[in-house]
Amino acid sequence: MTPEMLSLSNSPGLFVGIMLLKLLVVFSVTMLIVAYATWCERKVIGHMQTRLGPMRTGWHGLLQPIADGLKLFFKEDIIPTEATRVPFLLAPMMILVPALITVAVIPFGPDLKLGGFLIPQQITDLNVGVLYILAFAGLGIYGIVLAGWSSNSKYSLLGGVRASAQMISYELSAGLTIIAVFMLSETLSLREIVALQQQDLWGVCSFVPNWYVFTQPLAFGLFVITGLAEINRTPFDMPEAESELVSGFCTEYSSMKYALFFMAEYANMIVIAAITATLFLGGWSAPFNIAILTMIPGFVWLLLKIFALMFFFMWLRATFPRVRYDQLMRMGWKVLLPLALANVVITGLVVVILQ
Amino acid sequence: MEILFFYLVALVAVVSGFLVIRCQSPVNSALGLVNTFFCLAIFYVMLHAPFMAAIQVMVYAGAIMVLILFVIMLLNLGTEARKSYLHGIVWSGLASLAVLFNVIYFIKRGRVTGAEGDITDFTVQSVGHVELIGKTMFTEFLLPFEIASILLLVAIVGAVVLAKKEV
Amino acid sequence: MLDSYLPIITLIVIALCFSIGSVIFSRLIGEKKPTAIKLSPYECGMPPVGSARERFSIKFYIIAMLFIVFDIEVVFMYPWAVMFKRLGLFGFVEMGVFILILLVGYAYVWKKGALEWE
Repeated sequence: MTPEMLSLSNSPGLFVGIMLLKLLVVFSVTMLIVAYATWCERKVIGHMQTRLGPMRTGWHGLLQPIADGLKLFFKEDIIPTEATRVPFLLAPMMILVPALITVAVIPFGPDLKLGGFLIPQQITDLNVGVLYILAFAGLGIYGIVLAGWSSNSKYSLLGGVRASAQMISYELSAGLTIIAVFMLSETLSLREIVALQQQDLWGVCSFVPNWYVFTQPLAFGLFVITGLAEINRTPFDMPEAESELVSGFCTEYSSMKYALFFMAEYANMIVIAAITATLFLGGWSAPFNIAILTMIPGFVWLLLKIFALMFFFMWLRATFPRVRYDQLMRMGWKVLLPLALANVVITGLVVVILQ
Repeated sequence: MEILFFYLVALVAVVSGFLVIRCQSPVNSALGLVNTFFCLAIFYVMLHAPFMAAIQVMVYAGAIMVLILFVIMLLNLGTEARKSYLHGIVWSGLASLAVLFNVIYFIKRGRVTGAEGDITDFTVQSVGHVELIGKTMFTEFLLPFEIASILLLVAIVGAVVLAKKEV
Repeated sequence: MLDSYLPIITLIVIALCFSIGSVIFSRLIGEKKPTAIKLSPYECGMPPVGSARERFSIKFYIIAMLFIVFDIEVVFMYPWAVMFKRLGLFGFVEMGVFILILLVGYAYVWKKGALEWE
């Protein structure tokens, strides 16, 4: 019997069970990474600045995220009298939910065989997978605008408006950048994009897989930069420039609502790292076609790539000063946008000539 | 199952559409509109048009509504800007009822006649929605596509002329 | 269709429950000692001056409007990119004309200084 893809029609009970299992695992792994990314960031930056970082709670401060979370739970939930209540309450959820649900289309391994069925190691494979991510990433902007506006505080408003203008500018470049990848892959499904990256490099070298970072190095660089700007990370953390805007759009937030913003920042970081890994670094596939490396399960490779990219983001934060706002906007519209467009045209030219 | 889900989403869409016109604060109205757009996107998915759904969310909810929110903030329309407009409510109500009956009548009357076209549900699922749109748009509907680019050019010029004082 | 979207709906529900639940939970167990000063907007310890609902720079609107237009152009490119290899040279020329017209608008915006952030 050739195994067929598990679906609702051929085995509803098993399908729902496995779906819930996958959702639970992916959701808790994401939350776990979110929690420990905060610890990791403080440790990494601490050591880069020859400090130790958190040391008191547990071995080398390992219980710090739990302590932080518990502390925020017991804090007073303040809603300023001047705030507009409904958007003020909705804003933290509107930023965290899109960040958490974009992980649904990231594949984390090859299909598994179980009881005559093929089970994809991915929550769901949409044939418009990348557009799904872009659409929900675009919705995250409401959280920031509404948080800034509804708090009715000057710092929040400035932070919110700055952040939204920055996010839409860089979203444009990000969307344009990845078009070059789809011109090569001819599909928007992340599952197929990963499969295509397992072929031989440029069709000749069978030792190195055909990762798109080799064929699209410019697009890779542009996507990392625009991704950092979209999730408001240093050096693009203008919206919460703490030296001028106190804490930007989340100035007035406290307790768990503040924690949701904090979690959303790290969840977004995971999402950007996961998309970059999937589109340019071969997703869950091993870096070389050696038996020992390919034997290691896919999710290990994916997590390794995500961690490497996140370490890179933290490293950037320890290294770079903040960019000035006018420089940031000029870079988005006058440098990244033309470069991304040029990359699309050059890719097109090369492909047409090769055909 | 699917029809139940449809009615659920339709209910949410209608309720949030109602909130758009009845909310006191314009920002809450804008949020209602975002929710309506989101429900429309779900309908596109149910019609096997996932690309349209993504575009609906990206362009309408992600871009146009952001501008509208900005404008609401610019005009400084807080909760103070309350004013009930009731003139002409009878006539506009009658007109919308007439349109509603018209739509229902045509939906009930219409049925598929003639031969089935090339693009059926099956083709959409096997070839892929994005691929089909790409193929049709860049072969059959080439001229409208290029005209759309000129339209967008006009929009760019218009945006700059409107916003810049000295052009 | 239900196969691919049921997990997403479930995930949305899980994420919503998580965020709403944690906020409600912290409201229940957190401290509640509101005072007038605590609930006033933060302004570095000073009494707040005026309202924050001020108008802000027109720059942000230009950016938002340009974003809509360019976003639509980018959206047109997705189906093209997917079909690009199958359309061949013909498709490349088509998109070349489209990008050229886009570039005219882009050059106009640049020339008029709408991208300057003075």
